Amino acid sequence: MRRIYMDANATTPLLPEVMEAMRPYWMEHFGNASSIHQQGQRARTAVDQARETIAEFFGCHDAEVVFNSGGTEGDNNALFGLLHPGDHLITTSIEHSAVLAAADRLAKFGVETTRIDPGPDGLIDPMDILRAIRPETRLISVMLANNETGVIQPVEEIGKIAAQTGVFFHIDAVQGAGKVQIDVNRIGCHVLSISGHKMHAPKGVGAMYVRRGTPLEPIFVGGSHERRRRAGTENVPSIIGLGKAAELAMESLATGKIAKLARLRDRLEQGILDLVPGTGVNGANSDGTVAPRAANTSNIWFDQLEGEALVIALDLKGVAVSGGSACHSGATEPSHVLMAMGLDKTRARASLRFSLLKTATEEDIDYVLNVVPTAVERLRELAPAMAGTAG
Amino acid sequence: MSGGVDSSTVAAMLRAEGAEVIGLTLQLWNQNRLAGKPGVPEAPKAGRCCSLDDVYDARRVAEKLDIPYYVVNQEERFEADVVRPFVSEYLQGRTPIPCSLCNNHLKFDQLLLTARQIGADRIATGHYARNEYDPARGRWILKRPADLAKDQTWFLGGLTQEQLSRTLFPLGHLQKPEVREIARQSHLALADKPDSQEICFIPGGDYKQFIANYLEEQGEPLPDSSGELVTAGGEVLGKHKGVYNFTYGQRKGLGVTSPNPLYVIQIDAASHRVTLGEEPELNSSFFRVKDLNFITIPALTGAIRVEAKIRHRHEPAWATMQPDGNGCAVVTFDEPQRAVTPGQCAVFYDGDEVVAGGWIDSVSINQVNHAALATS
Repeated sequence: MRRIYMDANATTPLLPEVMEAMRPYWMEHFGNASSIHQQGQRARTAVDQARETIAEFFGCHDAEVVFNSGGTEGDNNALFGLLHPGDHLITTSIEHSAVLAAADRLAKFGVETTRIDPGPDGLIDPMDILRAIRPETRLISVMLANNETGVIQPVEEIGKIAAQTGVFFHIDAVQGAGKVQIDVNRIGCHVLSISGHKMHAPKGVGAMYVRRGTPLEPIFVGGSHERRRRAGTENVPSIIGLGKAAELAMESLATGKIAKLARLRDRLEQGILDLVPGTGVNGANSDGTVAPRAANTSNIWFDQLEGEALVIALDLKGVAVSGGSACHSGATEPSHVLMAMGLDKTRARASLRFSLLKTATEEDIDYVLNVVPTAVERLRELAPAMAGTAG
Repeated sequence: MSGGVDSSTVAAMLRAEGAEVIGLTLQLWNQNRLAGKPGVPEAPKAGRCCSLDDVYDARRVAEKLDIPYYVVNQEERFEADVVRPFVSEYLQGRTPIPCSLCNNHLKFDQLLLTARQIGADRIATGHYARNEYDPARGRWILKRPADLAKDQTWFLGGLTQEQLSRTLFPLGHLQKPEVREIARQSHLALADKPDSQEICFIPGGDYKQFIANYLEEQGEPLPDSSGELVTAGGEVLGKHKGVYNFTYGQRKGLGVTSPNPLYVIQIDAASHRVTLGEEPELNSSFFRVKDLNFITIPALTGAIRVEAKIRHRHEPAWATMQPDGNGCAVVTFDEPQRAVTPGQCAVFYDGDEVVAGGWIDSVSINQVNHAALATS
């Protein structure tokens, strides 16, 4: 069976160029980047080259790049590394759990958190952030693009507020990286986290931008790796993969590949809205317009069905999408992001996220537009009792 | 797939037959939910339904059999249709049986719907029971399994014709040791996993503590159902702290002393009065059964002879079942039966076949006459 992967916000495959770039560093150039000898120097050179690429990707100096294990570590490090008892944190209710759970942990140590809710369109109002600032506020943590809706947050305006009020600013750019141009100086953030596997690099590698002079304490201590900001032997092959993936991401943004992806996404979205009655884009305004979104993401509600059953039905038809977030057992829970946007539980449960790979094709869209209406029809036919309960 | 040996073996058997199999596990209760409250360990133990260990075991079986596998979240429905009624039944002096509610509302209703929605024709479960279509009667029949020691038909008396027509019970003709042997031959690591026994959502099995913890979590006060302990003659023997602490036939923890052993023979939720009596007083000849589901027959039109089973470990006893005109039925045992308990299921057999199933509504104790029960 043909399989179409439309869950890029969960993870992405390596691009062939990434795989090739990494290949020599598993066996041939296996050195420890901290070693004095030639093998070590070979690994060090490759890591430094990757650092240079990531610095270009962020728009910062090489010395401001810290490699780590991924988005969760970056988000955790920003919060745990900057906040102390008595501090106040401002974040949003639509952040990834890597931020929200870190804030919960810090609550036990006397760090208070204000969670700003988005509007119905999924956008955070920077004025809400400004209003939440107190004398004890030390950090603002906001995501660049939301994982569920793709909505791009007004980080530059929030950055100005942070600068004016002298508050540190962390960006979770895990979902934005590769889909949105990043320029840390324009954003005005102090820390920014990305994850490799969301942008065609391997799982288990990520990077942070840490502005010079930011008193970010490490969460891993030990050796003097990464200028004492992240102890642990460098994950050399994966770091090289991340560098290559960032290079390809910059190329995709520059050559209009991402803009083309947005057109594919729009075709998919409009197609579903046209072909399936009782559907809509989550966060859409009454006139049908939506807030600026990452090019690959569409979040759609389907009246009168359980999203979980539709996800399974589509998977068995070869289409991989997601609905809600996976709970501890692997079952689905209604998305906290959609709930924060004001959707009721029934509609949040009846929502699906389509997130396209940048390698998606017109044929992929055709296939999905062929499969989805039939699957939805079957679900609705069998559960007439649900009619009228959604919405 | 619960992660136990029975449902896992079913999956392996169907796979070996070449059927197209999809594994589904119902996520029904978050075992961490009441963790840390009184009497509940911080970390849940293994061997619970919906525990991470069990989901892991189920997933490993699906991986081994190379079948698609999904966990379906039905926590809300489980809470509304099983946990809530469980709590409120106890608070009303009844002794509920959550497994039957779960079968009626989750496993053979919601799960079957989900299965059909995702393109499956039927569900197969690891229950010990048999079902078949009888063209002569034009009905789907539910029958006791080959392994009578594992008979689960008592939990399945609520199955409708539609549900029976879409269900497979591949273990119905097997003995439990044979099932374990098939599991072993299929190289399932859990072939020797012990059977689950207790109520899945009550770690530790202390239902009283569960009711207190659950209501506290919900921010609801535990209703005051304290009252008197009395004899059938009306003599007050003492006081109790709430009707939910008792079940019919209970002997321990009554808080009274007596030369002869005393048992709970009746719980009156309205007056909070719990009646105690000696062993012979525990026997009942009549009870009323409500919410009847008919299997071998379309409806009850007159008195019929059946063997009635009134709790999980009860040996079915001969009785006459008669419609009461209000959609319920009155059941009269040939020989009085011990501790007929409101809130429990009653399942009625004709030989191996399940004629009907229902819920025990009210019970007569000794002197109360049949006519009074029928019209009450």
